[in-house]
Amino acid sequence: MQLSLGPVPYFWPKQELLDFYESMVTQPLDRIYLGETVCSKRREMRWQDWLDLARFVESHGIKAVLSSLTLIEAESELKQLIKLCRQDEFLVEANDMGAVNLLSQQGKPFTTGPAINIYNGRSLRLLQNLGLARWTMPVELSRESLSSSLMQAKELDDAPLPETEVFAYGQLPLAYSARCFTARQRNLAKDDCGFCCIETPQGINVKSQDGEELFTLNGIQTMSAKVYDLSTQIEDLKHLNVDSLRISPLYQGTAEAITHFKQAIDGTVATQEPTIPLMDVSNSNRICNGYWFGEPGMAVK
Amino acid sequence: MELVCPAGSIPALKAAIEAGADAVYIGFKDDTNARSFAGLNFTDAKALKALQLARSGSSSHKATKLFVAINTYPQAHSWPRWQRAVDQAAELGVDAIIAGDIAVLDYVAQTYPEINLHLSVQASATNRESLEFYKNNFGIRRAVLPRVLSMAQLQHLSKTSPVELEVFGFGSLCIMAEGRCYLSSYVTDQSPNTGGVCSPPKDVQWSDTPKGQETHLNGVLIDRFLPHEKAGYPTLCKGRFQVGSDIYHALEEPTSLNTLDLLPQLKAMGIAAIKLEGRQRSPAYISQVASIWRQAIDQLGTSAAPKPQWHATLAELSEGHQTTLGAYHRPWQ
Repeated sequence: MQLSLGPVPYFWPKQELLDFYESMVTQPLDRIYLGETVCSKRREMRWQDWLDLARFVESHGIKAVLSSLTLIEAESELKQLIKLCRQDEFLVEANDMGAVNLLSQQGKPFTTGPAINIYNGRSLRLLQNLGLARWTMPVELSRESLSSSLMQAKELDDAPLPETEVFAYGQLPLAYSARCFTARQRNLAKDDCGFCCIETPQGINVKSQDGEELFTLNGIQTMSAKVYDLSTQIEDLKHLNVDSLRISPLYQGTAEAITHFKQAIDGTVATQEPTIPLMDVSNSNRICNGYWFGEPGMAVK
Repeated sequence: MELVCPAGSIPALKAAIEAGADAVYIGFKDDTNARSFAGLNFTDAKALKALQLARSGSSSHKATKLFVAINTYPQAHSWPRWQRAVDQAAELGVDAIIAGDIAVLDYVAQTYPEINLHLSVQASATNRESLEFYKNNFGIRRAVLPRVLSMAQLQHLSKTSPVELEVFGFGSLCIMAEGRCYLSSYVTDQSPNTGGVCSPPKDVQWSDTPKGQETHLNGVLIDRFLPHEKAGYPTLCKGRFQVGSDIYHALEEPTSLNTLDLLPQLKAMGIAAIKLEGRQRSPAYISQVASIWRQAIDQLGTSAAPKPQWHATLAELSEGHQTTLGAYHRPWQ
């Protein structure tokens, strides 16, 4: 079973991001997804910087995949997407059907992130025929749904399935909007945001009025407050023939999470031990895994 | 410019037709559509009746088109229900199927190539390449756009889109890109994609407490109201939450979208249709809202200005009695 590192969802200063990847390339990872997937206004890293970083990752024997922006509204964003999909050096992770179109039209193999809606085996086969090499299951789906999707896909066709990746650790990407909630929190308009999300490297915590952890504001993205963690489900994930697990970077503790998952996959630690929720080691309330069991995402089993 | 109105029942459908809808969209009585509420929607017999009513039109004008939304995402084990819904719509001979899942779109395109396919807002297509994808692969004729584009972005897209465009004019406002929002399933076990419902009624609790009236969704406190405030439905993106030391509507206030003032610009851009949200609304609501929009569309190109009472009536019918231009208006973003 492979381990992937998802794209960094937060906005970090360039040097901090480079330092982060400097340490990540020493980790037991098979693949690192790179690129800005949330907001096109975040430009600490330019196009050439991402390409250089991808080459740096590959020089350490880890596969680099370039992830596309998820919500594409402006013409400038579309132009950047076209540039990304036309480069031939790295595989692209499509996070919008626009990217799927651009890649499939060129006959290029592609992968999809969790924001591409593949809810059943028919959709999986359909995109496979267009070049899908690996898919990431939408985060709100359960193990039962995954199992039935893979079975349905097998019934449709004898061809080998695309590789399956499951979002297994990190704050869940829950929604994308035209509105920037980080700017709203500061009473700023998006056009005058001053790139303020760079000051909240782990997003902004949202609680209910009685103090329950709910969401994380990350620019135009809304994430879970809790950390989704499937490290106790490794045996089941293997049993379902999941090819790859995705760790989504956190501001702190990503390396420890990778180590824990690697040990769990290799069977060197008991998988009943949940990963420590690393942002706040004292509080196990910050873990959730409900989606996997077909329950509310924030639930824990 | 076509006026596309919602109907969750036969009386609502009649109200929409009488008010001058060019098309009415409905859903079947299960989770194959994104307004899967108890007591709403159309059995096979009711759908047939709806078609007959639409075909005969109103006292004052020609036949009304009937669209069927089959716009949620089937999972493998429930696929037969979506297949059946498509077969049923095809057998009825409806004027369009509105779908978002690529397996459903593919099934319609392969099995019933003569049926008009409209891309649902739930497919979350916001740009030219995405629209191309759905046109190239499934032959969609029209796309309903998510409520995320500014007027400038919409104008640009309208010039380059490979298919005709339908946009939301009025109703409850999704502030997230539709089809890519899981706030509801994070707190309950259903989202529009999976359960055909956002913030499902079964999980809603209203309670009076010493601190004020509270609304909960599956046990999570969504808002607390002072005596003079009108408690709203606990939709997650309209809740009042705690961020740092502030308590405010962290995502959006309870409000409805109203683009009446943008209508001349939308028409000039060549937008093919205006969609009104609200299959869960009463016949009286549909009647009032559809009549206003009918008059507003009909007077386009004349010197007549929108009537002040239209805005007042629409505000009165809105969530929190307030309306917004939403993402169309850049400063909202």
